[in-house]
Amino acid sequence: MISLSVNGEARDLEVDPATPLLWVLRDTLGLTGTKYSCGIAVCGACTVHVDGAPVRACVTPLSAVAGKSITTIEGLSTDSSHPVQRAWLALDVPQCGYCQSGQIMAAAALLANNPKPSDADIDQAMSGVLCRCGTYSRIRRAIKQAADVKAKRA
Amino acid sequence: MNDLKLPESIDPTAMDGGRSGLLPSRGITPSMEGRSAGNAGAVFRQERRHFLKVSAVAGGGLLIGFHLPLANRAGVAEAAAKDFAPNAWIRIDADDTVTLRVASSEMGQGVYTAIPMLLAEELECDWARIKVEMAPADKAYTNPLIGQQLTGGSTAVRAFWTPLRQAGAAGRELLIRAAAQTWKVKEDECRAENGVVRHKTGQRTASYGELAAKAATLPVPAEVFLKEPGEFKLIGKSTARLDTPLKVNGSAVFGTDVKLPGLLTAVVARCPVFGGKPKKFDATKAKRMPGVRQVLSIHSGVAVVADSFWAAKQGRDALAVEWDEGAHARLDSTTIRKQLEQALKKKGVNARNDGDAAKTLKAAAKRIEAVYEAPYLAHACMEPMNCTAVVKKGSCELWVPTQNQTGTQFVASKITKLPPEKVKVHTTFLGGGFGRRGEQDFVAEAVQLAMATGAPVKLMWTREDDLQHDYYRPATLNRLSAALDQDGKPLAWRHEIAGGSIFNRVFPSSIKNGIDNTSVEGAANLPYAIPNLQVTWVMENGAVPLGFWRSVGSSQNAYITECFLDELAAAAGKDPYEYRRALLAKHPRHLGVLELAAQKAGWGTPLPSGRARGIAVAESFGSYCAQVAEVSVESGQVRVHRVVCAIDCGLVVNPDTVVAQMESGIVYGLTAALKGEITIKNGRVEQGNFNDYPLLRLDEMPDIDVHIVKSSEHPGGVGEPGTPPIAPAVANAVFAATGKPVRKLPIRI
Repeated sequence: MISLSVNGEARDLEVDPATPLLWVLRDTLGLTGTKYSCGIAVCGACTVHVDGAPVRACVTPLSAVAGKSITTIEGLSTDSSHPVQRAWLALDVPQCGYCQSGQIMAAAALLANNPKPSDADIDQAMSGVLCRCGTYSRIRRAIKQAADVKAKRA
Repeated sequence: MNDLKLPESIDPTAMDGGRSGLLPSRGITPSMEGRSAGNAGAVFRQERRHFLKVSAVAGGGLLIGFHLPLANRAGVAEAAAKDFAPNAWIRIDADDTVTLRVASSEMGQGVYTAIPMLLAEELECDWARIKVEMAPADKAYTNPLIGQQLTGGSTAVRAFWTPLRQAGAAGRELLIRAAAQTWKVKEDECRAENGVVRHKTGQRTASYGELAAKAATLPVPAEVFLKEPGEFKLIGKSTARLDTPLKVNGSAVFGTDVKLPGLLTAVVARCPVFGGKPKKFDATKAKRMPGVRQVLSIHSGVAVVADSFWAAKQGRDALAVEWDEGAHARLDSTTIRKQLEQALKKKGVNARNDGDAAKTLKAAAKRIEAVYEAPYLAHACMEPMNCTAVVKKGSCELWVPTQNQTGTQFVASKITKLPPEKVKVHTTFLGGGFGRRGEQDFVAEAVQLAMATGAPVKLMWTREDDLQHDYYRPATLNRLSAALDQDGKPLAWRHEIAGGSIFNRVFPSSIKNGIDNTSVEGAANLPYAIPNLQVTWVMENGAVPLGFWRSVGSSQNAYITECFLDELAAAAGKDPYEYRRALLAKHPRHLGVLELAAQKAGWGTPLPSGRARGIAVAESFGSYCAQVAEVSVESGQVRVHRVVCAIDCGLVVNPDTVVAQMESGIVYGLTAALKGEITIKNGRVEQGNFNDYPLLRLDEMPDIDVHIVKSSEHPGGVGEPGTPPIAPAVANAVFAATGKPVRKLPIRI
């Protein structure tokens, strides 16, 4: 049995420890906001937070996150009030939307560690999260907007 | 109804692998197009048969549906439904809830918002309180431009522009009439706004919910009045997308996210070689994997059905399959290139033939020739293909991200031997479509597996499955020849194309006079004033399956023609922008976007050292788009810094969506221009994932400025027209920077 916390809730899981976290979240826990797209950690659609750090759930075995705290898109806020979500709403960032959970989780992790990211910081943090619809311009603008909101609150 | 031939600009995105025999587009009816100002401000009388239908809802509601004028076989909103009638568009409940149906698939292009805007504009309901739901598969929801319930060819707004506003207007008139009769006043003393009807005295008001039961008893209005564009409150205003709230918190349900009690997950091992089949397989190890339930042989390969995706995938990895690789086991890209070279030696079929290009070329003082080529491309939707199916005695229910509900219903009906109306289709959100999700291969697999197991089955493709078993954008080889006069003006243009045909697979009957329009669009409609102009096509089909890829023929023909035009301008010693302008005098909409893009980009103004600009213009899907790209070439790498885009798509429904779709089309086309290439070796696709089929990344994203031309023309498409000009704009900028024309994609320096 492996114990961990998912979105603040303690979970004890009887799952093969080699199973990638992505499929534990999606198929065992029913948290389908985190997406599968490449399965080899090159697209970022499955990005979640493990103890606050952005991690590719598709290649992270369950055993590697035992005892850790996982946050998924469903747990980022209860009412889409996280500054990143609000900026995403304000700028209507998503198109098809499939990659957006990963984009939002990557952006939230960036801002948690770097409240005032430069363009180069955004490039560094976000270039591994692919979007086929081309929402990148809006993602960059939304991250800056979210950073401004956070700065004003602080 | 006019002749039912395929309109030039419509591409019914692929149907069903050629198995259905479904008809292609049934054409554009006179009632759907060609009226100035997009039919705004028009009065519509009900003709012959009433195509609008009104009925009551239990609990005192109103339901509005219709026949589409085109679809005379289509369903009619049936009387008093307990629930939302299967073929209605608008439902108004006694509690003031207004539910609007969307019959076009939401794949990022914004129809989930734009279609309700059309209904709500005329209905005058309270936009803040509407509910939207996806329509089921039903003939009443046929796309009138295509003749099927299908989202493709950038048609959703174009097709539904008039009928949905009519449906909304009919609802409004009925509610006003219901109020007037209740209050015993004249109808023209009553106004509807924001979900409320008011009498002019201001003393009487009634909400739509209060009026719905009465309205449902009234006859359909004999005529409805549509607003003038100046009266629009929603249309033309940037409106927040209704799906965004669902897409920022993980609650939007894509096909992969469907949950059902007892749901099993399946993955399929398919022969990596096109046309190959399993010879034999050993499932012993696979069946030993925890969670694996069954291993089954289906039409497309060997399926592993399990309790979860991971178990199914582990099971597939443990399968030992011996393949009969079939006839194409040695096929490779070099062979295919040689086949196209041979094909190009044959005499093609004329797609266009003005004047006498051959004679003019022979006599030319200055003649320019070039060979251009474009590779196979995969769609690479972020959401891999999938479908969830439940098949029971007498019914089949599907949850599927599909662009083609008619095809989905038809294929499931064929496999289950149920009548199509017994196949219930729930369209989920689509994690990208781009033409790929008009296909039904994944639907057929899911239905077969649900039948074979008797359980609900979610069929999932991996990324590798998705890239290696796609219907690819056709690879083509093109020979271009032009004759210039002494001033450098083109006297003759000949474009010979050799490549595979999409319609040959999906709709052979729509190949008319030997021409598959999807192969020559963007080439045969060359707008430039060239007196001798010939475009020919040689169909050369091979083993690689071909499909509709965002903007289809124009995606590569715009690249080829616009780059060759820059070669002519260079040979003439002319500026490529001015060269185009001089040849576009008779095409004001091309000229309009070309000049706007050039002006906004500062065409001709100095650039930082090492940078160059390129320009291109293309008409596709009823819209006109020009782009200027600003690039640099540094140590063999092309970097695109800025793109200025001008779009004329007629009347605009949601401007912010138009901007987003231009950004989207540009990025999709940039990935293709800079990176995209599917190659074949030993009969199989060499690329397997985003590591070797890379997509444009955020750090490679140019600044994009989009400028929308103000227009009162009928709406044009927006999902695709942003794609064709970007590859030539970038390639022309590289030509300007390096002096070497880019005659092959992707661009390699």
